[in-house]
Amino acid sequence: MLGWIDTLLQGILLGGLYSLYATGLSVIFGIMRLVNLAHGDLIVLAAFLILAATSVGVPLVAALAVVVPLMFALGYVLQSVLLNRALGRNILPPLLITFGLSIIIQNGLLETFSADTRFLNVGPLQGASLPLGGGIAVGVMPLICLAAAIAVILVLNGVFYRTAVGRAFRATSDDVEIAQLMGINNRSIYALTMGIALAVCAVAGFFLGARANFDPSIGPARLLYAFEAVIIGGLGSLWGTLAGGVVVGVAQTVGAHIDPEWQILSGHVAFLIVLVIRPRGLFPRAVD
Amino acid sequence: MLATRELTAFYGDFQALFGITFELNEGETIAIIGANGAGKSTFLKAIAGLLPRPAAAVRLDGRDIGALPAYDIVKLGVALVPEGRRLFSSLSVEENLLVGAYGRRTGGPWDIAAVYRLFPMLRERRHAPSTALSGGQQQMVAIGRSLMSNPRILLCDELSLGLAPIVIRDIYAALADIKAGGTSVVLVEQDLVHAMSVADRAYCFQEGRVSLSGRPQELTRDAIHAAYFGI
Repeated sequence: MLGWIDTLLQGILLGGLYSLYATGLSVIFGIMRLVNLAHGDLIVLAAFLILAATSVGVPLVAALAVVVPLMFALGYVLQSVLLNRALGRNILPPLLITFGLSIIIQNGLLETFSADTRFLNVGPLQGASLPLGGGIAVGVMPLICLAAAIAVILVLNGVFYRTAVGRAFRATSDDVEIAQLMGINNRSIYALTMGIALAVCAVAGFFLGARANFDPSIGPARLLYAFEAVIIGGLGSLWGTLAGGVVVGVAQTVGAHIDPEWQILSGHVAFLIVLVIRPRGLFPRAVD
Repeated sequence: MLATRELTAFYGDFQALFGITFELNEGETIAIIGANGAGKSTFLKAIAGLLPRPAAAVRLDGRDIGALPAYDIVKLGVALVPEGRRLFSSLSVEENLLVGAYGRRTGGPWDIAAVYRLFPMLRERRHAPSTALSGGQQQMVAIGRSLMSNPRILLCDELSLGLAPIVIRDIYAALADIKAGGTSVVLVEQDLVHAMSVADRAYCFQEGRVSLSGRPQELTRDAIHAAYFGI
């Protein structure tokens, strides 16, 4: 019994990490209807950028503080000079561009950092855990990660629901043609959207490296988890994306508890089950 | 104030407008009538910047605005109330109105208080989701949303579409108030009677061309009939 509670708890904490992977993807898809196939690789890129900064002596948290705005700028530029040119009724061209980006980033990282497995050294926090009594303990880093996932969603919801520019984001998401009639430049909204999404990628990359090992090839698998979390959650809200991340996380730890070989598979199975029962996800948008 | 000269517009390979020459003077209300598919909505969309058009074909105060995107046109004081309302479905009534102020021109009479004075019902329902409103109320939000930009020229596409006669009367009463505030209006309508009753001048479109124009009282029933259907 205790073992199951522990498993569930670890799954929820893992869900926090998956939610961080997924939040940026969810924002991009929600506002631009764009599927960013390079999302996982951008997370890995952020992790390597943080690693590179620490290797020249920048403290870890300061490195994160530098990489977040850097990734924001990268997203803004990427969208305005590249992806905005491919926008239109056909969704294939932007999809192909992000697919190409994915390959470029993976190989660029391989050239620059080699195929070695890395991790971000968080010092004594690395193995620290919080005993909850009854022989159950939770890792401090995973706990911070879940808290960060929740904080990111709180901040984004604050921007989207309480500010004038947030209203412009939601209006653009609802009807891009009419949004332009209101004086909203959809291209600059899109550039900001990609900037925000990549800033979240930087946070996700930080926890990716702080919780586990990474190397240049693991981006696509992170994209898959993120994608499953977004779809399970539905496109209605970022809290749905968090819930989706938790579903994938719990399914994976439960699967691993039964048989370690089942970890990845059971996450995908949970995704398929949700898709069969609720094709529009757990928290769908009211009107689509 | 606003003029088009040989304005053409295309949907892909399909040509919808074949050279529309049109003029709107300060303070005027113009009705554009015509059958379905005559190009009336296309004409408004081309002015508002939602369709590509020749750069010199649209002029505002003597300046070519044909190359400007929609989000810059509205800042010059030309606002479009789109056909079918098209409110932002995930925004509340008040948020819809506030988004309308995004491309706000300074120096006009319209703000959220003025819109609520024009349509008091919207103040009561300001926190409701825009999808929860009746068709007539949604049309009021759509008009209010466009007014929030403080337009000098309001382009209205099929205001009466799908509304009950009593609601249409209310909408047209509001239109009179909007005109009284100094805003020029271009009305696209299938409802001839209403359109002609408020218009200073009218243009009749047929298959992407102007088939008739003039003051409503100078246009005979037969002439309109012929211009409308082309028989």
